[in-house]
Amino acid sequence: MDWQGQKLAEQIMQILLLAFAVVSFVAGYVLGSFQMMMLVYAGGVTLIALITVPNWPFYNRHPLNWLDPSEAEKHPRPQVAVSSKKKATKK
Amino acid sequence: MHSFVYRLNGLLTFSVTILAIMCAITSLSDNLHTPSPSAEIQVMNINWFQKQPQGNDEVSLTMNISADLQTLFTWNTKQLFIFVAAEYETPKNSLNQVSLWDAIIPSKEHAKFWIHTSNKYRFVDQGNNLRGKEFNLTLHWHVMPKTGKMFADKIVLTGYSFPEEYR
Repeated sequence: MDWQGQKLAEQIMQILLLAFAVVSFVAGYVLGSFQMMMLVYAGGVTLIALITVPNWPFYNRHPLNWLDPSEAEKHPRPQVAVSSKKKATKK
Repeated sequence: MHSFVYRLNGLLTFSVTILAIMCAITSLSDNLHTPSPSAEIQVMNINWFQKQPQGNDEVSLTMNISADLQTLFTWNTKQLFIFVAAEYETPKNSLNQVSLWDAIIPSKEHAKFWIHTSNKYRFVDQGNNLRGKEFNLTLHWHVMPKTGKMFADKIVLTGYSFPEEYR
């Protein structure tokens, strides 16, 4: 994923989780069934996991532009000078 | 958000936190519920009423307990624990409570019932104060939730009394 994709995935996850929490609570309360609330919520969590966790292509629409290798060759890395020092001879 | 495992971890922890909040709200929703239970207990018979060798009174009685506790059930109720206790006063104790019978009601359908039974647990006094004594029978209930706070309440039925003499 690229940076924009990561932000998008995080936003989708948070908003959908809160939305599913509200929907499942209302469904359970209206139907008078605690089990229904749990089932709807569990289904929601699974669905959100499928949408936001894997690395889908639509999260990669603003890919990072790494420098081309040919461009990099024009600006070579500076070499660190290695000078071999001879031991000072005894006078 | 930087890797698959990172996102999965974030999702799981956030979803469990939200689940905890949902359970808290579910428990709070029980406070909005106003139940209207009713109950009646008839003492059909005093089977026997004796003084034990140790000196304590013991009585065995048969009761007819009928109740409609259906309105106590909410969507967040797992089961209802009910018990019948005899309450009376003695010179030694200002309040004696003796549990005579209990039951677990697992669902709303079972909450409207009547039962003809002798006391499940022995009714023994601390002493020999029961002859001619007036007592109350209280039906207590504990509404055990699926999540959250447990509520307990009771109905007090008055006007019962022991015989004057042992039999």
